Amino acid sequence: MKTRRDFIKISALGTGGLAAAGGAYKWAKGSEIMNKLSGEAADKNLKLNRYPTYCEVCFWKCAGWTHTDDSGKIIKIIGNDNDPHSNGRMCPRGTGGIGMYYDEDRLKTPLIRTTKKGKQTFRKASWDEALEVIAKNFNKIKQKYGPEAVAGFFHGSPGSHLGHTLHAFGSHTEAHPSYAQCRGPREVGFAATFGSGVGSPEPTDIRDTKCLVLIGSHIGENMHNGQVQEMADAIDKGASIITVDPRFSTAASKSKFWLPIKPSTDIALLMAWIHVIINNELYDKKYVEQYAYGFKELKEHVKKMTPEWAYGITTIEPSSIRKTAYEMAAASPAAIIHPGRHATWYGDDTQRERAIAILNALLGSWGRRGGFYFKEAMSLPEYPTPEPPHPKWDWKDIHGDKYPLAALPVSNALVEATIPENNPKHQIRSWLVAGTNLPLTLPNKDQTIKAIQELEFMAVVDTMPMEVTGYADVVLPECTYLERYDYIRAAPHREPHIALRMPAAKPKYESKPAWWIAKKLGEKLGLEKYFPWENIEEVLDWQLYRAGSSLEEMKKVGVKKFERAYGAPYLKEGEDYEFYTNSGKIELYSTEMENAGFDPMPSFTQHEEPPENFYRLIYGRTPAHTFSRTANNPNLVDLKAEPLLWINPKVARIWGIENEQYIWLKNQDDKITQFPVKVRVTERIRWDSVFMPHGFGHSIKRLSRTYGKGASDAEMITNVKVDPVMGGTGMRANFVTFLTEEPKTETRS
Amino acid sequence: MRYAMAIDTNKCVGCADCVVACQTENNVPVGYARDWIAEIVAGTYPNVELEIRSERCNHCDNPPCVRACPTGASHVVEGGIVKVTPEECIGCGACIQSCPYDARFSHPKGYVDKCTFCDHRVKKGRDPACVAVCPTKCMYFGDLDDPSSDVSEAMKNRKYKALAPEAGTDPHIFYLM
Repeated sequence: MKTRRDFIKISALGTGGLAAAGGAYKWAKGSEIMNKLSGEAADKNLKLNRYPTYCEVCFWKCAGWTHTDDSGKIIKIIGNDNDPHSNGRMCPRGTGGIGMYYDEDRLKTPLIRTTKKGKQTFRKASWDEALEVIAKNFNKIKQKYGPEAVAGFFHGSPGSHLGHTLHAFGSHTEAHPSYAQCRGPREVGFAATFGSGVGSPEPTDIRDTKCLVLIGSHIGENMHNGQVQEMADAIDKGASIITVDPRFSTAASKSKFWLPIKPSTDIALLMAWIHVIINNELYDKKYVEQYAYGFKELKEHVKKMTPEWAYGITTIEPSSIRKTAYEMAAASPAAIIHPGRHATWYGDDTQRERAIAILNALLGSWGRRGGFYFKEAMSLPEYPTPEPPHPKWDWKDIHGDKYPLAALPVSNALVEATIPENNPKHQIRSWLVAGTNLPLTLPNKDQTIKAIQELEFMAVVDTMPMEVTGYADVVLPECTYLERYDYIRAAPHREPHIALRMPAAKPKYESKPAWWIAKKLGEKLGLEKYFPWENIEEVLDWQLYRAGSSLEEMKKVGVKKFERAYGAPYLKEGEDYEFYTNSGKIELYSTEMENAGFDPMPSFTQHEEPPENFYRLIYGRTPAHTFSRTANNPNLVDLKAEPLLWINPKVARIWGIENEQYIWLKNQDDKITQFPVKVRVTERIRWDSVFMPHGFGHSIKRLSRTYGKGASDAEMITNVKVDPVMGGTGMRANFVTFLTEEPKTETRS
Repeated sequence: MRYAMAIDTNKCVGCADCVVACQTENNVPVGYARDWIAEIVAGTYPNVELEIRSERCNHCDNPPCVRACPTGASHVVEGGIVKVTPEECIGCGACIQSCPYDARFSHPKGYVDKCTFCDHRVKKGRDPACVAVCPTKCMYFGDLDDPSSDVSEAMKNRKYKALAPEAGTDPHIFYLM
């Protein structure tokens, strides 16, 4: 249990940098000006006290306002009422986003690796010199191996700018870990079924649903803002929630049914649900008849997959399986079997997502109110730049015959290919990394480090001195999202809309926006013609004008909504509708999977079990943090300064482990965590598993608030189950045991 | 006029946005907090219950902190809001000891600090920062004497409880069950 006393004790240890400045009244004065401004008779000459932004603490990208006081100091971030992602309310990370700006551990200047007295170290450098070094090395590699040998690893907004530079340079060797380490399987599984992936934000019509089914998805602990808000709305309206989780999650505590499933057996439960829904004729007959393909085959396929069969696998009682199947059928079509987000668990994840998609199809929820709406995004024209050179090879050649249904590049495939013995044909000799902390993001850290050691050159762009920066030859300090413009956010939703991010303050230190870095690097590389503009405002204004707005208007409103242009968000009764699949129908039997050599319908496969005295490591989220990027945020470190390892009391008793005791973890491959982790003995977790939040256990001393705080789950993830369909890295097949004494250093990972 | 807050435990996910919003709104130094999250777990696996609560000063009708204060720095203002005047506070901590909710703390500047129901916002007809920011809209604020206020509306037809009623403090934060 977290109490305020813990707050003081924990943070008194590590903080001290942030002085409280200004008083409540100072803020109130600023807000009066703000209120006047937001009124219709806003005086254009009045000093702006709030600046539109959209959040970069996570991928939900909530739009809001950055407020400054009269001295120009950033004081808070408040949601934009007109934004469908935030509905005027940021989550704790969005509210605490100012900590990213104020964090005094930020990267401050460009850094260049140098050797001093035989020891490698970073020295400060000017932007000009740092960009010159990068350009020189990229060009050298281009001459020797071709431009394709420079690979990009990106996450979030900086990738869109630096990706442009990379393409202009002649490389499409580019990957985003958000695909193969996260949501890739569900995109492929849903696309194979409905002809359309899920996308972000998920088009789940939660606010109007009558039954929300969560399978290992912990909404509320993952603060995917709009979705959490809609779940609360659904609770208000009396919707029932069914949660499948080996852990009594926050969502489980709000649920009518909690199914405490044995981990790794989800497909068996899903197939049993499908069995009950077909055999008891609970499916949406009209919908299935009109829109679905392969019902007969599916019915035959699930014939023997009874709740009794699933009981032996999942440990969920047959009566519970039947009761919950009836519950979701009663809500049909206003029922959502949520696709989840981080879906890379066991290596058969595309098939699990297929089962989820099939269940949704049987309930008729795709394209129906309270199920999934047809999303629509605003499309903005691209600012005209010359056609980039066509690369001789790209990420698809790296995949080769592997991962036939991967629609996007697989980051782990690029990492593997960087090690020359794995990929003699296509050499990757240099990485450009932005916004992703690869050693903590990718599983199998040893392989990532091995690949990095093979590189001739590596440049990293980040706001913080993350682990990945330690391996770079050149580090470039990006300013935070509160200090920069980025491209317009035009994410899909019920209504198409756009959101602007603009700076509320000048970049601190010598940090620079990614668009500037991308342009300047481009110029150093001799690619001026691809950047035919002075600054990004020109590009944004050009695009906005063509979308029916302007930069000036967007600065005032932050978010602008448009009419839908491509039909209603829901199917009309009996409407003719062609799905983008081979058959033009919702494929219960997937021809795409079959053609690619995979099972056209999902089946349960047995996964590895923990050896004796080992427990399955389940990792997840805590509401105040995103990945490993927020662990040092002064405002958020306060809420959760270190991860807690959840252990069932029975297990703790066997081991003689006390609540709040620090222990080390060792996994099945004898890897031991660098730092110990604090134990939370709790009835909220099964006895065959342990749980810990992802993103802690930082090993960089410059991250002063979070260094050494807790173990890193990523260190324990060495057994990776790669999904042959799309290359996703299944990471839940790792098992840990406990070390109560500090291990000798030489055995540590 | 009697200000109060009702918090729907069925909707609260314990994200602690209320805590962060309060810190930025009220310039609470990092490392301190005027509100916090409590998680109460009961039962044994798999028959478990969890209650998540956003907690703060209860702005009691019978506030022991005000009685314990030797200088009069702790006092009650209009609407039943319990406040501290920093200039009058000697930082003795008697109020901290007397509070059954552990809702007060010593500010590094030498006085005792606590939730004010954001009275600077309330005076302008706005909700406290915690209420305004809450993503799940699980918090309701307003005048209990006004039957049409958000808090009165929220408590209609709902079961609710207050914390530590046995302390006799007559608290004014209510938890909807």
